[in-house]
Amino acid sequence: MLKADPNILNLFYGLLTGLVFGFLLQRATVTRFRTIVGQLLWVDHTVLRTMFTAVVVGAVGVYAMHQLWDVPLHIKSATLLANAVGGIIFGAGMAILGYCPGTGLGAIGEGSRHAIFGFIGMIVGAAIYAEAYPWISVNILPVADLGKVTLPEQTGLSPWFFIVPLIGIALIVFAILPGRRGGSEHGRSGPTPAPA
Amino acid sequence: MVNLLKQPRWSPYLVGAGIGVLSWVTFGLMHKALGTSTSLVSMAGAIESTVAPEHVRSNAYYTKTMLADGKFFLDWQMMLVIGLVLGAMLSAWFSRSFKVEHVPEIWAARFGPSKALRYAGAFVGGVLLLFGARLADGCTSGHAISGSLQLAVSSWVFFACFFAAGIATALLVYGKAGRRHAQG
Repeated sequence: MLKADPNILNLFYGLLTGLVFGFLLQRATVTRFRTIVGQLLWVDHTVLRTMFTAVVVGAVGVYAMHQLWDVPLHIKSATLLANAVGGIIFGAGMAILGYCPGTGLGAIGEGSRHAIFGFIGMIVGAAIYAEAYPWISVNILPVADLGKVTLPEQTGLSPWFFIVPLIGIALIVFAILPGRRGGSEHGRSGPTPAPA
Repeated sequence: MVNLLKQPRWSPYLVGAGIGVLSWVTFGLMHKALGTSTSLVSMAGAIESTVAPEHVRSNAYYTKTMLADGKFFLDWQMMLVIGLVLGAMLSAWFSRSFKVEHVPEIWAARFGPSKALRYAGAFVGGVLLLFGARLADGCTSGHAISGSLQLAVSSWVFFACFFAAGIATALLVYGKAGRRHAQG
């Protein structure tokens, strides 16, 4: 009943992507409870800096490839009530667990023992959702369902009309957020290696 | 280069740019978007199917995510999830930042040093996290990064809601004591 993708290349690519992703998340220290909760308590802005940079850099490349070479997008449905309520429940869970799914998995790799219980909870949460799905798919998902839309499609504007201002906003936000630019937020990063 | 590999903390801008470039590769070369939380559904289904295979087979959500034609239990994303754990482990090993943690300081400042209480809290947080992620159809990777960079309407709504709720919950749960400890 449990099938494996017969395309071995897909599996290899997935593993490779995961290795790089996990490595990067650990190096940003976002696999730490204190970094995630520190962000939500608005004292350590590592998460915001990391994510916002990823979004801006990603957007430029992905939209350029989309326009130049027809690289397909992968848009999730704007089932707005579900996106909003799901987001709220997710945010509450993230504050209590101190990780999101990806960083929680990375935290297990880095030695966090309590993240293992978070991981078990995640599996249980997924199972509960699967049980609730028949009801949710009838009563929640159809509410304010716009389909798989993007902001450019919804407004009829060019994607660059959003991406360019987003770059500007990112630069302003990075400049305004407290904490040393590009470095640790409050000197908890451990010793800096001496220049070679 | 060797020095960079050993540094326990990279600039968040460097890591963010790295994740952005990684998404160029996954979109352009693999025709995939970074995501993790769907794989947790497959794991739940796999575990449930050891005791109630019929129940799993008849569930519309398990069918949609891993049993339908062209869907697999062991797929690109499941391998990504495995790789993620290993990648973080490797990174921690290279930079000697591997750290066994049972009860985080900020948690202990508010709820005390009990391991059992922290494990229970982590479990509850995990349940909410994945239920919310599946309801919203994505998590921090699939929505907040991959979706936002595609300027998806769904993802920006998710991003705003999860961040606001996360801040509100963190302030409510950890309060002033937590904030003091977070400031270290």
